[in-house]
Amino acid sequence: MGSFLPNSEQEQLQMLKEIGFNSFEELFGHIPQQVLLKSLNLAEGMSELQAIDYMEELAEKNVKFRHIFRGAGAYNHYIPAIVGSVTGKEQFVTAYTPYQAEISQGILQSIFEYQTMICELTGMDASNASVYDGATAAAEAVAMSVERKRNTAYVSGTSNPEVIKVIKTYCYGNGIDLVIVPEKDGLTDKDALKAALSADSACFYVQQPNFYGNIEDCDELGEIAHAAGAKFIMGCNPISLAVLKTPAECGADIAVGEGQPLGMGLAFGGPYLGFMTASDKMVRKLPGRIVGETVDRDGKRAYVLTLQAREQHIRREKASSNICSNQALCALTAGVYLAAMGAQGLTQAAELCISKAHYLQDVLAQAGLKPKYDHPFFHEFVTVSDVDSGVILEALEKNGILGGYPLNEKEILWCATEKNTKAEMDQAAAIVKEVCGK
Amino acid sequence: MKLIFERGKEGQCCTLMPACDVPQVSLPVPKREKKLRLPHVSENELSRHYTELGKQVHGVNDGFYPLGSCTMKYNPKVNEKAASLTGFTNIHPLQPEHTVQGCLNVLKQTQDMLCEITGMDAMTLQPAAGAHGEFTGLLLIKAYHDSRKDTKRTKIIVPDSAHGTNPASATMVGYEIVNIPSASDGCVDIEKLREAVGEDTAGLMLTNPNTVGIFDKNILEITSIVHEAGGLAYYDGANLNAVMGVVRPGDMGFDVIHLNLHKTFSTPHGGGGPGSGPVGCKEFLAEFLPGLQPVEKECGLGLTAPEHTVGSVKAFNGNFLVVVKAMTYILMLGREGIPAAAKNAVLNANYMMNRLKDIYPMAYDTTCMHEFVMCLEKMKHDIDVSAMDVAKALLDYGIHPPTMYFPLIVHEALMIEPTETESRETLDEAIAVFRKIYEDAQQDPQSLHDAPLHTPIRRPDEVRAARKPILRYTFES
Repeated sequence: MGSFLPNSEQEQLQMLKEIGFNSFEELFGHIPQQVLLKSLNLAEGMSELQAIDYMEELAEKNVKFRHIFRGAGAYNHYIPAIVGSVTGKEQFVTAYTPYQAEISQGILQSIFEYQTMICELTGMDASNASVYDGATAAAEAVAMSVERKRNTAYVSGTSNPEVIKVIKTYCYGNGIDLVIVPEKDGLTDKDALKAALSADSACFYVQQPNFYGNIEDCDELGEIAHAAGAKFIMGCNPISLAVLKTPAECGADIAVGEGQPLGMGLAFGGPYLGFMTASDKMVRKLPGRIVGETVDRDGKRAYVLTLQAREQHIRREKASSNICSNQALCALTAGVYLAAMGAQGLTQAAELCISKAHYLQDVLAQAGLKPKYDHPFFHEFVTVSDVDSGVILEALEKNGILGGYPLNEKEILWCATEKNTKAEMDQAAAIVKEVCGK
Repeated sequence: MKLIFERGKEGQCCTLMPACDVPQVSLPVPKREKKLRLPHVSENELSRHYTELGKQVHGVNDGFYPLGSCTMKYNPKVNEKAASLTGFTNIHPLQPEHTVQGCLNVLKQTQDMLCEITGMDAMTLQPAAGAHGEFTGLLLIKAYHDSRKDTKRTKIIVPDSAHGTNPASATMVGYEIVNIPSASDGCVDIEKLREAVGEDTAGLMLTNPNTVGIFDKNILEITSIVHEAGGLAYYDGANLNAVMGVVRPGDMGFDVIHLNLHKTFSTPHGGGGPGSGPVGCKEFLAEFLPGLQPVEKECGLGLTAPEHTVGSVKAFNGNFLVVVKAMTYILMLGREGIPAAAKNAVLNANYMMNRLKDIYPMAYDTTCMHEFVMCLEKMKHDIDVSAMDVAKALLDYGIHPPTMYFPLIVHEALMIEPTETESRETLDEAIAVFRKIYEDAQQDPQSLHDAPLHTPIRRPDEVRAARKPILRYTFES
């Protein structure tokens, strides 16, 4: 049995005696008999050797794809080696929340750097230290935008269905009314949006690029939202922000997104990273921790958790959100990734994603999968075919390729990143061609 | 210490991306106008930067970390090994079910083991943290009452000793909070509870042992009172380390619970996450659970949404790699190890308390569970040395301070939770430090006001940070 108890059984007994107990039973003697458990119905503990063996066997039951063309909210990007080397440092891994600033400057400064980088990416004025993921960030942003007479949230139907689900669930809890704005030809239906917004609208949320990969006209969508007095919230792909017009430039009041592409592995869905940024006007409504700069007693530059009057440990039921632990180590991951990539590297990655995805679309079209939309896209696009998606994906799977995400029997959402080589894409297209040719 | 933006210079960078092997495409869309400014450093400088930052962080791996209510136990390295297996890290969350049988097994087995430990019938691993779990559990309560059209239940009862996340979570689910004052023994005041429950009670949120480290003996009566009034009982699992394998929330009358894998189940805190806050419930609430449940299908495990699911509280399946770490830990401890951990957590706390109670007043003079609270109110009054001062003095000795000023029902509180993974020697050393600080306080109170002296920074000006917020670095234009 694995144990992390440093004191031997004799020592434990000795300690018990010293404080006046003859046994553990006596120590727990004040607990009502009726609730005491006889024994746990679990297997005997394993040694470390056995435990890791067991986990390795489970890991081997999964299929690892070397060639991945699936995105839909989780993206396969290159993670620089330095990222793991930094985030594996035990001081960062085993530290608690940096409430004691004097011995947490490393963490606090790394979060301050992260906040800065996320602000640079989005163009917004301030960032928090992270929330759980892009979906909860969207839900929290919606909650931020609510005012006394504005309690209806509008969310574009072109958003990731997982994100919409989470927003719906949060709204079920907090009583915000939710309206999904319909999609038209793979983009937000602007006319429907105009018609829907009114004096009770708190916000309009749109994903950029949207779930289908298409690039939305955020300038105009933002104008429509503001014209109705609603807040404009954008959920952005962070890699695309190296190239696309920023949410700040589009007039967003709040910009959020899924930070997983910034150095986090696919990891079957988590841990990921929700980033949240806001304009100056909305900073005090941001949930979660925020690091600020100050000085210490000797005038030395120092970092602390600040604006804590928003948070649960101070405001309790009046807090802007209940969030306590967030995704700090993942924020550190994003910071290291962005520092390693630099503006040049990130721009390169974004441009590679664009070029690769357009090449993939071309070769797949030649192979028999026609593009569904004719809109500019970043690194994802939808194809339509007569052949069943399942058949196509199965053929790819046999060759160690994870194809695009099947939206239904006829449509597939493909993704290409800087990791996909021309050879890979040619091979995938060849397999598809064979299947479609039949 | 320089900020990363103050290092390096234009032109310096890492060489990570390959050249483009396909025709280059430029998008016909509005591009970003403002230049993107990120660090411009070589990999060497980058690596040194973070090494230097690492030297200014104190983790469990650096020393004793008796932070009450956080369970800063040792983080086994084997957990990290398991969570870095590429058979887990490289798996896309939307892969077809037959290609993720290992992941689904992790989810199912962990859920089953946690159900056994907590006495619950069903579990979700989707919530990403304790507070997230609280929010989820409260959603289950809401969904339950809604399903019975029992819409007049608008209130959640919370003792005044509760962690701030409890009322904050309840607010996020549209509930009104009813605070009940604790009795003089720190436990739930049964009479006040009886007065507070009624037809408008949706539920009670409680932790046991409570936030002052005491096991509430009346727990069966408490949950009974809530049930009789038609409400549900919610268990905040933050303090499970005191009782796991010894007592189960399901046997104490709780209907829904959350756990903190990054506390009780040894996954590391990461400086503030990622954690994991699984939510367990009794059978009658299982239909409302969020996310997808791993279930047996003909050819293996698959994922299914519960019939009346509240939806999703996070995309995908929760903080999966954190669950992997917790699973590894539970497998290693097993049937005997789980209660042994709890018993030793309680022993270590009582041991420390006994060795300090002659000089530091304890908030409650009784056997504690895994943590105890010292009340420095008299010290503050007599010699103007506060809980804050003692905490800051500890920093100079390389010991992370206990939790300060929580729970609110104790003035000048310091909450100490040693955990079971500390040796007697470490405890004795810590006790000696606490005793020395007490002596220093008596001899020279000012020295404590000046503390810390030997840390990378001295006490920061928090007022200034809040009054003139500087929340990002500003580049020179």
